[in-house]
Amino acid sequence: MQIIEQQEKYDIIVVGSGAGGGMSTKILSDAGYKIAVVEAGPFFDPKDPVTQTQWKWPWQSPRRGAGTHRVFGEYDMAYGGWELEGEPYNHINGTKFSWYRSRMLGGRTNHWGRISLRFGPRDFKAKDRDGLGENWPIGYQDVKPYYDKVDKLVGIFGSKEGLENEPDGFFLPPPKPRLHELYYKRGAEKSGVKVIPARLSILTKRINNERALCVYCGQCYRSCNLYADFSSGSCLIFPAQNSKGQVDLYVNSMVREVTTDKNNKATGVVYINKEDRKEYALKGKVVVLAASACSTARILLNSKNPNHPNGLGNSSGLVGHYLHDSTGTDRGAFIPDMMNRKFYNEDGVGGLHLYSPWWLDNNKLDFPRGYHIEVWGGLRMPVYGTGFNPNSLNEHLGLKVGGYGNSLREDVKRFYGSVIGMSGRGESVAMKDNYCEIDPTTVDEFGIPVLRFHYKWSDYERKQAKHMHDTFEEIIHNFGGIPLGDKPSSGDFGLLPPGAIIHEVGTTRMGDDPKESVTNQYQQLHDVDNVFITDAGPFVSQADKNPTWTIMALAWRSSDYLIEQLKNQNI
Amino acid sequence: MDRRESIRSLVLGSLAGSILLESCANGDSEKLTEKLWQYQYGRTPKELEFDNELLKQQYFEESEINMITMLAELILPPNEKGTIQQAKVPEFIEFMAKDYEPFQITLRGGLMWLNNYCNRNYGTSFVNSSSDQQRQLLDQIAYPDLDAEEQRFEVEFFSLMRNLVVTGYFTSEVGIKELGYVGNKPNVWNGVPQDVLEKHGFSYDDWEGKFHDPTNASQIAKWDDEGNLIS
Repeated sequence: MQIIEQQEKYDIIVVGSGAGGGMSTKILSDAGYKIAVVEAGPFFDPKDPVTQTQWKWPWQSPRRGAGTHRVFGEYDMAYGGWELEGEPYNHINGTKFSWYRSRMLGGRTNHWGRISLRFGPRDFKAKDRDGLGENWPIGYQDVKPYYDKVDKLVGIFGSKEGLENEPDGFFLPPPKPRLHELYYKRGAEKSGVKVIPARLSILTKRINNERALCVYCGQCYRSCNLYADFSSGSCLIFPAQNSKGQVDLYVNSMVREVTTDKNNKATGVVYINKEDRKEYALKGKVVVLAASACSTARILLNSKNPNHPNGLGNSSGLVGHYLHDSTGTDRGAFIPDMMNRKFYNEDGVGGLHLYSPWWLDNNKLDFPRGYHIEVWGGLRMPVYGTGFNPNSLNEHLGLKVGGYGNSLREDVKRFYGSVIGMSGRGESVAMKDNYCEIDPTTVDEFGIPVLRFHYKWSDYERKQAKHMHDTFEEIIHNFGGIPLGDKPSSGDFGLLPPGAIIHEVGTTRMGDDPKESVTNQYQQLHDVDNVFITDAGPFVSQADKNPTWTIMALAWRSSDYLIEQLKNQNI
Repeated sequence: MDRRESIRSLVLGSLAGSILLESCANGDSEKLTEKLWQYQYGRTPKELEFDNELLKQQYFEESEINMITMLAELILPPNEKGTIQQAKVPEFIEFMAKDYEPFQITLRGGLMWLNNYCNRNYGTSFVNSSSDQQRQLLDQIAYPDLDAEEQRFEVEFFSLMRNLVVTGYFTSEVGIKELGYVGNKPNVWNGVPQDVLEKHGFSYDDWEGKFHDPTNASQIAKWDDEGNLIS
């Protein structure tokens, strides 16, 4: 069987349709290019009633929303998870990295938390403060114009706070806090923990006539059929299709490698069509990889040939290295004052209405990098799991736990919405020894060699997690709550395994020195000038922020540079 | 667009296929169509195929389903708000046993344990024991020992059954109504009601002007150069 060559030739091939691929596609289509978007999963439009889960009740499913197949619950809009059938990955030396993949148009943007935080001036230059990791070759002022443009194009609510490292943007007005968030604020502020309105990419006010206003159903994780939240499909790919360029979608198409010619130029990609299981070659003048940090590293490493014996763009040997995820650990609490609540519609937006940005100075602490705190709770829609251990909280009231009979009905009602949770999400230090590489022993069902991971947390992260838990307990005490479960007091201090926060970045980091980095500051491979990377691979450090807004700002910046290079015929 | 259409016809195609298969098997096509269409919950073709397979299979025997129903009614006795049957709790437990296989041995073994206990102590099955006898039995297994490191099997079994019954009830239409949850519909959030705020000692006064104003939300946002909203 030979590789089938597609007749269509493209200016640009974009691999992946998530935040980075979507933004590249939008900007390049606005500039009039002919683009192929190659996506490993199926077509997906949040508006399609066949696949829509938004506004479904638990009783409309025989499993009532249980997460037996989709790991975050069956109404979560991600076709994927930590494990994909037929697409394994492995680990080295007993270390662990959890790799979340979503195979669908728009990728993980269909279900993400919409938390959209700019990196601040300090985040780009962390090494200047603590000597760890590496500085970015760019600073906040380089990215600021693009953050501004992303705010206006995509829409984000928030409040102007004037905080140095939490730069303000062009915000829509934020929604008022829910009751449990007010409790959190009360407790946090007593400990000097800053609390401000959340910053989420959800439309509390119109930004154009194409997308509707938020209707406050709290279900952004199901992907909004009104396009009131940000998903790459609804906000970038579909508008790109209606823009100046030509955008062809190749879905269910799994890219194996980037092809190159003898002049060291990329010529396109080879992909496997999942429907007929045949290999296809797609030709393009430029390849933009945005398959997600680890998938892009995998494609580069699998693109090795005699000219690129270590894989494409890997003369530094750093492809796959400096992989890092946000740190994360959580704690719940029961608030007796919130028992027997009056019921009202408290769905709100799909996520938190308040949060705490990092508020301390690491120079005065025993760990180098900060974290932010997310808060959850409220009168949420019941789902599989609601009513489990219906009166376990009786333990804290000196009452009997267990039993049967109609008193259980009262227990469920009494405790509903009286539990609050806090999640610390922090910056880890990027380490060369945390990496993914090709596992020569294993291929996936498409015959493509898979990744294996080597990742360990260090004391930097463990001490940070310990601080998170100390802070949680203090805040819980301050608002009159009772901490649930035991406080982790040793080992990893409750740190979730790397990968669990799904903020993996850094596998193709940017820099000025080709020996110490994979791409330049415009996310162009040092080694091959017509290959760009616009997922989170080029991140030098993660910051204590969620990566999506920065992925999009940088993808836009990279695309502007690419357009300029094409116009000047430098590529 | 083409692809979307083809996905849609694929979904319809696989549904139609299952209906056809089933109707050949038991000749009751109308009932089956109803069974398949009562669940519309955004499955991919593959997920739908999987679920249809489970819906076609029967794990528990009729006698076991009767026992589950009886137990469920002891856990949440029927009242004017709703019943176990209205909440389709036995069907839900039947489905979960197939969907999550680790439940199977605990549930099936637990039902046997109950019969075994009743046979030994009361000389008859659980179903045929008197309600006093049933309660006497449940009183021994319905209260976990919070200080113990591990629970006896029958306590674990009853906890699982209680969890499935209570969650099955409160995720049903009658259960959600009884609970009083009033969301899952388009609306406008404008904060916690005033009486609730007051009861808990909160107010939005410190935040004046910071929050979204539903009255001008439909107006397209414009900002000055400093990022201040001016529309």
